[in-house]
Amino acid sequence: MELTFKLIIHFFILLPLVSFTLSLLIPKKNEQALSVLAYTSVGLQFLVSILFAVQWMTHGYPEINLKEFSVYQTGNYDFYLDFYFDKVTLVYLILGSMLTFLITIYSRYYLHREEGYKRFFNTILFFFLGFIIIIFAGNIETMFIGWEVLGISSFLLIAFYRDRYLPVKNALKVFSVYRIGDVGLILAMWLSHHLWHENISFAKLHNAELVHEHIVQNSFVGLAIAFMFYISAAAKSAQLPFSSWLPRAMEGPTPSSAIFYGSLSVHIGAFLMLRTIHFWENQIIFKVFLIFSGLLTAVIATFISRVQSSIKSQIAYASIAQIGLIFIEIAMGWEIVALVHISGNAFLRTYQLLISPSVVSHKIREQFYHFKRKPSTIEDSWPKRFEYAFYILNLKEWNLDNLMYTILWNPLKKIGRNWKILNFKFVFYFIGFMIVSGLILIQFRDQLPEILRHQLPFFFAFSGFLIVVKAFTEKDSVRKSLTLIMLNHVAIAIAISFNEHYDFMHNFWYLSGIVLSWFVGLMLINYLRNREEWISLDQFYGHIYEHPKAAIIFLICCLGLAGFPITPSFVGEDLIFSHIHHDQIGLAFFTAMSLVINGLATVRIYARVFLGPHIKTYHEVAKRSS
Amino acid sequence: MNHPFQLEKVIEELKHFLPSQAPLKDFIHHNTLHAFQHDSFHKGLKKANAMFGYKTYLQLSEYRKLYHDGKINKAVIDRFIPTEDKAFWYACLLDKDYSEQINPRIGEFRANWKSQYKIDLDNYTHSTLFRITSSYLDQGISIWNFPIKDLGFLDAMRHMDANGSVSFFKKNRAKQWLANPSLKLEDCLQLLVGNESLYERYLFDQQFAHPGYSGMVSVLSGQANALIDERQIDLVEWMIFECLLEIDALDAYFGDIWIPLGVKVSAEISDLFAPVEMTELDEVKRIWQESYEWTYYNQVLNGLKEKSQVLESTPELQGIFCIDDRECSIRRYVEDGHPGVQTFGTAGFFGVEFYFQPSGSSFRTKVCPAPVTPKFLIKEVAHKNKLNQEMHFDARSYGLIFGWILTHTVGFWSGLKLALSIFKPSMNSVAVSSNGHMHADSTLIIENSDGAMTEDGLSIGFTVDEMTDRIQALLLSIGLNKEFAPLIYIVGHGSSSSNNTHYAGYDCGACSGRPGSVNARVMSFIGNHPVVRQKLKERGIDIPDSTQFVPVLHDTSRDEFMYYDLEKLTEQNKEKHHVNKRLFDQALDLNATERSRRFVVMNSKKAVKKVHENVKLRSVSLFEPRPELNHATNTLCIVGRRSFSRGLFLDRRSFLNSFDYQVDPEGKYLLGIMNAVAPVCGGINLEYYFSRVDNQKLGAGTKLPHNVMGLIGVANGIDGDFRTGLPSQMIEVHDPMRLLVIVEHFPQVVLKTIQTNPATYEWFQNSWVNLVVFHPQEKQFYVFENGDFKPYQVPNEPLLHVEDVMKFVTNEFENLPVVELNK
Repeated sequence: MELTFKLIIHFFILLPLVSFTLSLLIPKKNEQALSVLAYTSVGLQFLVSILFAVQWMTHGYPEINLKEFSVYQTGNYDFYLDFYFDKVTLVYLILGSMLTFLITIYSRYYLHREEGYKRFFNTILFFFLGFIIIIFAGNIETMFIGWEVLGISSFLLIAFYRDRYLPVKNALKVFSVYRIGDVGLILAMWLSHHLWHENISFAKLHNAELVHEHIVQNSFVGLAIAFMFYISAAAKSAQLPFSSWLPRAMEGPTPSSAIFYGSLSVHIGAFLMLRTIHFWENQIIFKVFLIFSGLLTAVIATFISRVQSSIKSQIAYASIAQIGLIFIEIAMGWEIVALVHISGNAFLRTYQLLISPSVVSHKIREQFYHFKRKPSTIEDSWPKRFEYAFYILNLKEWNLDNLMYTILWNPLKKIGRNWKILNFKFVFYFIGFMIVSGLILIQFRDQLPEILRHQLPFFFAFSGFLIVVKAFTEKDSVRKSLTLIMLNHVAIAIAISFNEHYDFMHNFWYLSGIVLSWFVGLMLINYLRNREEWISLDQFYGHIYEHPKAAIIFLICCLGLAGFPITPSFVGEDLIFSHIHHDQIGLAFFTAMSLVINGLATVRIYARVFLGPHIKTYHEVAKRSS
Repeated sequence: MNHPFQLEKVIEELKHFLPSQAPLKDFIHHNTLHAFQHDSFHKGLKKANAMFGYKTYLQLSEYRKLYHDGKINKAVIDRFIPTEDKAFWYACLLDKDYSEQINPRIGEFRANWKSQYKIDLDNYTHSTLFRITSSYLDQGISIWNFPIKDLGFLDAMRHMDANGSVSFFKKNRAKQWLANPSLKLEDCLQLLVGNESLYERYLFDQQFAHPGYSGMVSVLSGQANALIDERQIDLVEWMIFECLLEIDALDAYFGDIWIPLGVKVSAEISDLFAPVEMTELDEVKRIWQESYEWTYYNQVLNGLKEKSQVLESTPELQGIFCIDDRECSIRRYVEDGHPGVQTFGTAGFFGVEFYFQPSGSSFRTKVCPAPVTPKFLIKEVAHKNKLNQEMHFDARSYGLIFGWILTHTVGFWSGLKLALSIFKPSMNSVAVSSNGHMHADSTLIIENSDGAMTEDGLSIGFTVDEMTDRIQALLLSIGLNKEFAPLIYIVGHGSSSSNNTHYAGYDCGACSGRPGSVNARVMSFIGNHPVVRQKLKERGIDIPDSTQFVPVLHDTSRDEFMYYDLEKLTEQNKEKHHVNKRLFDQALDLNATERSRRFVVMNSKKAVKKVHENVKLRSVSLFEPRPELNHATNTLCIVGRRSFSRGLFLDRRSFLNSFDYQVDPEGKYLLGIMNAVAPVCGGINLEYYFSRVDNQKLGAGTKLPHNVMGLIGVANGIDGDFRTGLPSQMIEVHDPMRLLVIVEHFPQVVLKTIQTNPATYEWFQNSWVNLVVFHPQEKQFYVFENGDFKPYQVPNEPLLHVEDVMKFVTNEFENLPVVELNK
């Protein structure tokens, strides 16, 4: 039986992977084949998961952990894929495959004749793949792969109508929130290395004694890891203060919004909390925090939902509120209660979103017969001063949407802009000097005084951070921005090289994919420059309209450059972190921040050059406000 | 450019140019570019393009493709080439490269905020403005409504900002200004623009950055009762608020001191209203468009000319249908069923104009053409209207506690419903049913015996004289004044659909976007009224006693007939109806099959009954964005006897209005017809035209991501502007051609008739609608050009004959040619 289970779990992972790959190969014109592939493969997944569930239950719910192959191994570092199955996985598997199955059938007709039919099904299958990887992940590294897939496929789904301004803008917005969630996971990974001295699997977290022992020794680290998990979970599940991304993600076709932002994607944060529950269940401070933040989200999101005049944002906030409650349930340790709640909420919101266009005829008709001029709500009984203020606050979504800008992006922009005084020539000379001196210094690493050896990594990481901020805020040259992004990785590699002796191959692993991506990306920009008048980063150009192929290749380059799991750089990223000592919080922080901004900067370049309203207006181009 | 700023004049102009689309519940088709109608068609299109950046024609490459596909005839092109040098124009038409880049004047001035000040102003103001406005106007989505609804928009904002502890604004200046009740728009403009001669330009730029919201506010200005939950919003007040948001954003960005835009920007700003030059490219597009249209028109005229007159036998069944192009094919199938069938077409309110008040409702809905203001009220009584409750729209489902309970209960039920709605679609509580307008068993108060029953100044029902006038006008205008069949069906139409925010646009346009069932019942009642019959006889129309009128509702998306008041039929007629019903059922099956040819995911070649079942399923499927294709492909309007067009296959592209020149030699009834045809059919046609050629700026884009805002409009996402016009799913198969009205009458009578009403004449004179007259005696076509009728020789093309219409239609997805159907 063990073997059968193992095989079936492999099947669950491979099926979405295969169907996604196949879907890329089907020609655009063949709507029929695309949709049939999508719904049969996901339907099969659903069917098998039901059958599997029965078998699995009759065998007494065994938790299954499959350690797969090691991707990279050195010393006590072992990057390995690991899969895990328990009841949480089962619920998410059935929920996810059932809803995706229904939605693929739904979309088969709904999307008919829509520009981007193929793209839609590709992205849905990609998303589903990411979802499956996450729920089956047996360690954080494996989960992180799915996490990244989910992030990028969300970006593509939200920007599905890529020729309009708002979807692209909101896709970037959501991506940046997700990226913050990624930092949480990266730092959790890094701290975990130091806590466990290995790449811990979720299965091992069940060993209560082991967990207890480690956490007692490093209570602060334990708490920090828990909070990093929380940041990731809160970002994905739109908890405070990240909530405002969810309604803004509803830019794609209604069924995709319904399934991903109504149900699957938004419950992934809750999944992470459930998955790591054995890690933090004895950390009282964290549990109190979780309950408190869940409650706060539930209450505030409910009030925001009450003032929404658009149907989709109303549903979105109502869903966020329920997820707030789910977080409380998880914190209380009521796993089953939470799982039931998650399923009910997912079904309810998906269906509500799908039928949302019907609300007009239904409500207008209802009003025609039962109109009441003044439906009284509880808020009407409040003191006016308070009622007005509270209403405006909710209408402005408690300024959550601007929060990210004011505390994070605006300061970064200021840093980037103020660097303007230093012109590019200077910056490049400086970087050149830095790299050369860095490489030389590394040769004499052992001769360097201790204090310098300790400070240099931080210095280089910080420089790398500044470089990427410069790339992120660059408004003119695409090529310079791309190059700066690449150099940021180099600076990080140097910084880490000071830290300790390690195989130069680690750096090679790390930089290989990045340099290649950078080079191809640069070539593509040159190609475009020869054909189009002018490209800067100051506005959206929408060149995908005329250059769809170049756009796809460039997107892949961007992903490579951002360390997405398609090049060896992805493993490198994790590897690099394993060389950061647990007391180098500053170094870890700036390296992590670099990776975050790096991702944003590359996706921003892609969006600016290829997405948005086309600069050429000989064909229909939407107004920016639409 | 140095003229003083006159607020009233500018507001009037703004309202003139802004989209004038009513809230969703009252969606009515109209010419999207009505503001340019006082110019000739091509000139107006050029102006709209230069001023507002609308794309007003197909792309050159599309015309060229049509030409190479044979959809544009070479012979036709010659007629539209303006000069002798044909070779030159052909080179331009076919090969020359042009830049079709559109660089509109609108927005040029305000673009300086970004280029000169480096501030993306719209980014700071739009979403806040949209959100506040839609919350204020919200008709029932939000659970906690806008706290102040009784005050006008600006007063409400003022009151809230002054009396709450949180402000709409970040800085003090805007807050203080809002608090000042005597604040004028000019004050704001002086601060923002500073240069009076540029105020108007600034306002146009500002408002056309979000035409959807501006248009909605403009439509609602001074029309509080346009909404069920009334609001007082005024365009000027609303613009003041937008200016304050802008001032606040600038204050927050630059501090208190910044230079007004009109002072800093010294370069000459183009005049938005400056005359436009017609370029060579414009001329090329004009030639293409005209040739495209006339290639098709010629086919139709050729068919009408060629067709031999059908000898009509004694009528056994007569049907009066709506003029609507969707009734074009069902009439053909009904006629095909039996040689004794006669059908007529007229505007689907059947000449009875009134408000309808369903039982149990305190609201009235107008069921006649939009420009008409009725003095009558028809009330439904003695029927309890049952409303389906839908838990998924219940406000409590969004609440915290109740939502918790619901997710655990209804939540799982939703999963089941979702699965059912996909595998087994059915008429459910979220669908719109055309039957919902009026219940079949209900009783209507139609007769006002002494004219004394009134309510709010409306007469409840019609007096006998009023009834007689109306039925006389109806019968004479369609030329039915003798030879009455035993059963005359009056067929109104409506449409059932699911998940359709534009549902009002699918019902009868002549009934202000409502189903025509009540009108059909009212007119049938009048026709069956013995005293009315008596009076009609006195006026020379003798309807035999055995003849009875039967009201019917045709559901155009489901192809179903709903018959009313059948119990009033005599035994004899009941039997006849039984036979007729079989004929109708057969016709409906065939009609559904013909329609299904456009639904690619459906197999039209199955048995007709099966196809019809699928068509019905489709109408209520949540996942079907096209319950029907509505008016798509409409291009023609034939005003004449049915014998003129009977037996001709027009592919559902024609409005058909019955009219007999012999009954109306002076054009008295023709005037009424033309007054309706131009704005209603012309309006539908042009809305389709413009939504098709620029689906992004003049249409609503794809409906798939649409989000319902406040029950009054749709937007993309939650921060988007209202989308006006038609979604791409409604227009994708439409060929953008102007309407060709074909009238069977004497040219001089038609000319006199259309000149009677200047508003109607404008449509024809400026060629927003094309007009051809068929001289019934000379058997010769005359085309209306530059204010006069000129003889038109239709090029002879062989007219195809088709034996098996089902085979002919189900083999092709694209538009079909005009053919003669043989029996």
